[in-house]
Amino acid sequence: MDFTRLTATRIKGLIERGEASAVEICRAFQDRIRERDPEVQAFLHHDNDFALKQAERIDGMKHAGEPLPELAGLPMAIKDNLLIRGLRCTCGSRNLENFVAPYNATVIDRLASAGAVFLGKANLDEFAMGSSTENSAFRPTRNPHSRDHVPGGSSGGSAAAVGARMAAAALGTDTGGSIRQPASFCGVVGMKPTYSRVSRYGLVAFGSSLDQIGPLAQGVEDVARILKVISGKDPLDATSLAVDVPDYAGGLGRPIAGLKIGLPREYRKSGISEPVRTRIEAGLKLFQDLGCDLIEVDLPHTDYAIATYYVIAMAEASSNLARYDGVRYGLRIPGQGDLSSMYRETRDAGFGAEVKRRIMLGTFVLSSGYYDAYYLKAQQVRTLIKRDFEAAFQKVDLLISPTSPTPPFRLGEKTNDPLAMYLSDIFTITANLVGIPGISLPCGRTPEGMPVGIQLLGKHFDEQVVLNAAHAFEQAGGFAL
Amino acid sequence: MKIDGARVDYIANLAQLAVTEEEKRELIGQMNSILDYVEQLNRLDTSGIEPTAQVVHTSEQNYSWRADRVRSGFSQEQSLGNGPATGSGHFKVPKVISEK
Repeated sequence: MDFTRLTATRIKGLIERGEASAVEICRAFQDRIRERDPEVQAFLHHDNDFALKQAERIDGMKHAGEPLPELAGLPMAIKDNLLIRGLRCTCGSRNLENFVAPYNATVIDRLASAGAVFLGKANLDEFAMGSSTENSAFRPTRNPHSRDHVPGGSSGGSAAAVGARMAAAALGTDTGGSIRQPASFCGVVGMKPTYSRVSRYGLVAFGSSLDQIGPLAQGVEDVARILKVISGKDPLDATSLAVDVPDYAGGLGRPIAGLKIGLPREYRKSGISEPVRTRIEAGLKLFQDLGCDLIEVDLPHTDYAIATYYVIAMAEASSNLARYDGVRYGLRIPGQGDLSSMYRETRDAGFGAEVKRRIMLGTFVLSSGYYDAYYLKAQQVRTLIKRDFEAAFQKVDLLISPTSPTPPFRLGEKTNDPLAMYLSDIFTITANLVGIPGISLPCGRTPEGMPVGIQLLGKHFDEQVVLNAAHAFEQAGGFAL
Repeated sequence: MKIDGARVDYIANLAQLAVTEEEKRELIGQMNSILDYVEQLNRLDTSGIEPTAQVVHTSEQNYSWRADRVRSGFSQEQSLGNGPATGSGHFKVPKVISEK
């Protein structure tokens, strides 16, 4: 049996019935990493002994006759901006090359209690800033479907690990599409939950009003199971909310006939490439066949979303990254013996070009004389964009779009033009500005065989509706379109 | 043009970043092109529109309250564990106060 194709439920079932051990399953993924990762480069570091020890613990529970937890033996890749105690957490940055996490992120504690096995840490754009994983200070990750193409980003390592079946599932983080776009590029499912649904304690901060942690997996059911485990109030993250967490996986399978799905009119002129348009139209047809009503809606401030997003994200990034000063952790370059030159030379050596660019722009839009014109203005436009979505959700249950306007692009294609890279985020960034949940699902392939993703967005805390529609689409054969 | 060499120096100083002459030339071009793109926000009249700093904590019931009690934190050893230069239970930094 090929363990690398199994869902969480089947993995747990095999272990429960004694048909396979957690160690055997973990080894199957480690073999797959050995075989595929030299080319894909999804992992920044993986620790076989560390993973096997966790798997042995699950086998020990089985032998002791204890009930197995929900994700028992599920081998996962964890984006390298989430802390796992005792393992390095580099954020894809020279700055944190030797940083060893002193504690677990809350999501890691919760997944460990649920029996998940952590295989290793997945590559990302430095500090999660990018859409291709080419901004990693260490190496680019390649698309598992084509070595010449990017896996998307910033959670490119997480998506490529799942897409190449080197991990059964993964955690990513999404500040402007960083889970959904790589999920789309790598042909897997990825979900960004509602802002505040999942605790961010132990996530290295980038844009604090936008960041959310979320799952990636080969199917919707596993995404639902993982989401349930990581969701909920955490006293260690004051922004996490005490909203009830439903049994998302248990809620799947209900018919979706009568569901109202909104098609934003403005998205038509957003430069959707031909192969993506064709697949998305087939996807829309499938939702209609499932009995959904497709309704055109207006999101009049769509044109302003990217500008709004980048002003806010860069401002927040420049504040959050002020902490990398060479004092308490991370790289230190001594400089000329004074504090100021130590700061400057440390930050110069520690940060890559994209991170520096964003710190510079973020500092500029927050600087005296420019704050109102840029930062305050963007926050006001954020209000207008939020109102657009509130009005649309008066009429529909979900919104639908491509996840990315284009299929995966080639390595190097956009690295010299930061603005072109930003413009490819048009369909994903609004969910972060508005704080709503979104999912990307496979929706067939281009004639060249590259995956295309379709995105569903829901109302605040309506993850169940999003997941159920996604599941119905998957079960009706939408992935194979 | 909003960003010139002097402005790059000024911002780099605020951000505590060292910028080489070559990086400066590149940043001038890239920052101006991104800011030109951002300029389109000025087409919108936003007078009287409340700014949105975050999206879900909009009413008091969503605020996070907890009792103000002492909780255990990280040990000194844990806190200093990743320090690039430490000694006598402290982080070491270059001298901050001059002798003048």
